[in-house]
Amino acid sequence: MKHVLESVESLFETFQILNEDGELVNKDDMPDLSDDELKELMRRMVYTRILDQRSIALNRQGRLGFYAPTAGQEASQLGSQFALEKDDFLLPGYRDVPQLIWQGLPLYQAFLFSKGHFHGNQMPEDLQALSPQIIIGAQYVQTAGVALGMKKCGAKTVAITYTGDGGTSQGDFYEGINFAGAFKAPAIFVVQNNGFAISVPRELQTNAKTLAQKAVAAGIEGIQVDGMDVLAVYAATKHARERAIAGEGPTLIETLTYRYGPHTMSGDDPTRYRSEELDNEWAKKDPLVRFRKFLEGKKLWSEDEENKVIEEAKEDIKKAIKEAEKYPKQKVTDLIGNMFEVLPSNLQEQMEEYKEKESK
Amino acid sequence: MAQMTMIQAITDAMRTELKKDENVLVFGEDVGKNGGVFRATEGLQDEFGEDRVFDTPLAESGIGGLTIGLATQGFRPVPEIQFFGFVYEVIDSISGQMARMRYRSGGRWNMPVTVRAPFGGGVHTPELHADSLEGLMAQQPGLKVVIPSTPYEAKGLLISAIRDNDPVIFLEHMKLYRSFREEVPEEEYTVEIGKADVKREGKDVTLVSYGAMVHSCLKAAEELEKDGISAEVIDLRTVSPIDTDTILESVKKTNRAIVVQEAQKQAGVAANVVSEIQERAILHLEAPVLRVTAPDTVYAFSDAEEVWLPNHKDIIEKVNAVMNF
Repeated sequence: MKHVLESVESLFETFQILNEDGELVNKDDMPDLSDDELKELMRRMVYTRILDQRSIALNRQGRLGFYAPTAGQEASQLGSQFALEKDDFLLPGYRDVPQLIWQGLPLYQAFLFSKGHFHGNQMPEDLQALSPQIIIGAQYVQTAGVALGMKKCGAKTVAITYTGDGGTSQGDFYEGINFAGAFKAPAIFVVQNNGFAISVPRELQTNAKTLAQKAVAAGIEGIQVDGMDVLAVYAATKHARERAIAGEGPTLIETLTYRYGPHTMSGDDPTRYRSEELDNEWAKKDPLVRFRKFLEGKKLWSEDEENKVIEEAKEDIKKAIKEAEKYPKQKVTDLIGNMFEVLPSNLQEQMEEYKEKESK
Repeated sequence: MAQMTMIQAITDAMRTELKKDENVLVFGEDVGKNGGVFRATEGLQDEFGEDRVFDTPLAESGIGGLTIGLATQGFRPVPEIQFFGFVYEVIDSISGQMARMRYRSGGRWNMPVTVRAPFGGGVHTPELHADSLEGLMAQQPGLKVVIPSTPYEAKGLLISAIRDNDPVIFLEHMKLYRSFREEVPEEEYTVEIGKADVKREGKDVTLVSYGAMVHSCLKAAEELEKDGISAEVIDLRTVSPIDTDTILESVKKTNRAIVVQEAQKQAGVAANVVSEIQERAILHLEAPVLRVTAPDTVYAFSDAEEVWLPNHKDIIEKVNAVMNF
């Protein structure tokens, strides 16, 4: 009898383009990006890091609500989003607000999402995306449907979705990748493996050595990527996108990353389950530090340039939070109005009741 | 006796049963090392070891199936669903499987399971964290649904639930976790499942409620007293089955009743209570039995919770309506 597990697992190596010192270690797979595009990638990562810092501060001041910190995951989030086209469809998890923003969600709406206002979920007409999913993994099955729809319409677009390492334990994860594979649908499934599902370490989620190898059972391509290397994440996603468009089916991309902060700002304390040594180990792999070194080596980036981005981000954030705070408060009648195309009689009656209450 | 919050009383109940019965197992997402996202299982893994108190992979349906399997092997599982809004992920295991196991196996198998979960609004959570879904559970024959409103009762009811040989859904209102402390005995005791409690005696109107709304009823009753209206407050404590005896005894005395729930109006626990009252005591009523509930929308986005959730003023308004009927 032949045992295959070990040999299958050994096939999944971590794909990397830049090492921790920002040196190009994989010339063959270096993506074809212009200098301006490389700078734009850096700009977005710096901007998003500032957005995260400011969001945490605003949350502590009580000016934002639910917030899941993103620092550490910029390369995974933005490298993959950078490989998308405008009409691609995004199905994010709750930590994936940066991808929505760079795909076209106005910042003040991202803040309204955090504050718990439905307008934060009202995606602009030209943004093909669902609002961040709260139920872990639910977006994975839906992605198969979005992608199959695109295929049926003959669209040259893809559906991309995100979950975390914990999300790969959900039944929805397996159903999603299997359905997309069965229909050869143009889907990209990203797993941002940041090592912990709230407190539970990746090792307790599964006996599998990599999460990428879960693709094998679904009969789709899988790849494990250094999720702190923005060029590797970009290249892997770009390649997955090209394959999807060419009718070659979905890809599962596992990015190895880390969230520096807590799970969310709602009382999680990472010191209960993560060591300082581990934090320090991952800080050395920081996606911004690494890419900055690479760009500085090419004379494409400077401190001045970085400071300009930081100031721009702070200015944008200041404006956006004001706009979010000015936005009209939700009324019960707004919520009732959003329930059905045509209100049934019970809600018509309640609409009148609440109109009267609200007019007092 | 110690002063405990509701969450401390819940932890104490699990500790008591883990100590008493080696077949009790506590598990779920983040319940081990992290002690639960609300710290309901704080210290239990250290005290009882990873065999008895453990983290599972992240999958509510997995937790449900695991629970059923463990129960067939002589264990008494106490799984946690991290937030009850996630119950949709595990509703087949709970309603489709556990609830029917004794029935479909002709008594060969039973499910001595207690599914614990936080629920309830007013604490600014994201979507699907705060929904009151007890009505969904109460509709399922084969389940008992328990909702404590005080630390003392939380401990006694949870111990009863764990010792029960049939599945109990034990719902813990997040707003009550740390809202107040009271005397809770350190030793073991039980509070009977299926028995309501008169939280305040009165003679003019009966307020029937459960969970956090019990406290809104008590607040309303205090204010009503100033206007010379004496309200009796009944805490159901178990929403399936309903303790109709306690309700009827009260209604026959006050001749008026209001049923208060945090959940939406349509097809819920309150509707069931109203039916029981009118079926059994219509000739004792001086006014229709009214409901105070949330409107029939999906649970409010967190920034609109205050205007969406029912409160003591809504209760007073309805009481005045039945008093002046």
